[in-house]
Amino acid sequence: MDINATLFGQTIAMVVFVWFCMKYIWPPILSALEERQQQIEEGLAAADKSQEALVAAEAQADEIISEARQQATGILDQAHSRANEIVAEGKDAGVKERERQLTAAMAEIEQETNKAREELRGQVSAIAIASAEKILKREIDGTTHEDILGKLAQEI
Amino acid sequence: MAAEGGHGPKTSGEYITHHLQNLQVCKNETGDWVWNQCAGNMGAINVDSMFWSVFLGVTFCFLFWRVARKSSTEKPTKFQAAMEIIVEMVDASVKDTFHGTSRLIAPLALTVFVWVFLMNLMDLIPVDWIPMASAAIGIEYMKVVPTTDVNVTFGMSIAVFILILIYTHMAKGPFALVKDLMLHPIVPSFKGPAIIAAPFIMAFNLVLEVVALVAKPISLSLRLFGNMFAGELIFILIALIGWFQLPLHFGWAVFHVLIVTLQAFIFMMLTIVYLSLASETH
Repeated sequence: MDINATLFGQTIAMVVFVWFCMKYIWPPILSALEERQQQIEEGLAAADKSQEALVAAEAQADEIISEARQQATGILDQAHSRANEIVAEGKDAGVKERERQLTAAMAEIEQETNKAREELRGQVSAIAIASAEKILKREIDGTTHEDILGKLAQEI
Repeated sequence: MAAEGGHGPKTSGEYITHHLQNLQVCKNETGDWVWNQCAGNMGAINVDSMFWSVFLGVTFCFLFWRVARKSSTEKPTKFQAAMEIIVEMVDASVKDTFHGTSRLIAPLALTVFVWVFLMNLMDLIPVDWIPMASAAIGIEYMKVVPTTDVNVTFGMSIAVFILILIYTHMAKGPFALVKDLMLHPIVPSFKGPAIIAAPFIMAFNLVLEVVALVAKPISLSLRLFGNMFAGELIFILIALIGWFQLPLHFGWAVFHVLIVTLQAFIFMMLTIVYLSLASETH
């Protein structure tokens, strides 16, 4: 445990090692550390930025989707009202067509009736004349009483 | 040397004394270099302490130099990461304590911490392994823990002490140290009749402050030396008790891991604190 020259040897060794550390060890390690710190910092900032961008994009997408949904609802409404319109129009057209056909049928019926009536009248008058002829063959000449017979046929 | 260690049987005493004896070389009166006959010779060199401390210092330099040379920002290896943890720890300690700008103090702290840690760590090698191996190749004494040699711890604390003086000089000018020593803690008055008392006050201050100043390196080195020497001595005592030493040895070794790290850290921390005090301007 005596103090001896080892003391100075140790001091010299320490000076050498500290010098070596100061020259060749500390600066490169610390600069690497600091550089990496900076890189990590930048990376984190970039991540934050992209996160923000993502949030913005999501908001934009939401907006677009809601807009599209609104548009779709509008289109659907339009289509509904158009369909209703078409149905109403069809109904109207149908009603008109029915009325038209009805009147046409009525007119035809009336025409047919008239025609039948004329025919019938003709036939009845012919029958009447024939029967009257048969009756009056002996008494009256058909020609003289034609006006009376015509009046008769008219009245039927 | 500690011849008084151990009052047991003669062989135990011899065992302990043998373990506490450095391998020394010195010049005797006739001018010849002699081994292990150097008691009281101030020129003696403890070859084992020097060898192990330089070996461990070179180990430190080599390990960190390899990391520094290949240090990459992109993808650090696990070893690099481990070394960087130590560097960051030291860097944080320095930045917390030392507020000036100095290119020396952080590398100094790193060197001191790792070097002292490695030297302390030699204590965990079982006490007989290296001495027996060296005895087998004909080296009589081998003390493997450099920090159990008071010369080693004093050597380092003297370097720190010189740095304290240099830093005081650099921070406060050429006569600052003398002024610091003489004008504190009692501030002498130079006005009126009190000027008569001023020289006595200054002399008193000088005595106080010189003691305080010199106490710094002495306490720094003796703290480390005392802790490591006591630890080593207990390892040697445990080694004396035969086969039952194993659980005891294990327990003490586990506890000693704490002391090894703590003492290295304290040595580094105090170095930083002393230098930051020295470079502080009031």
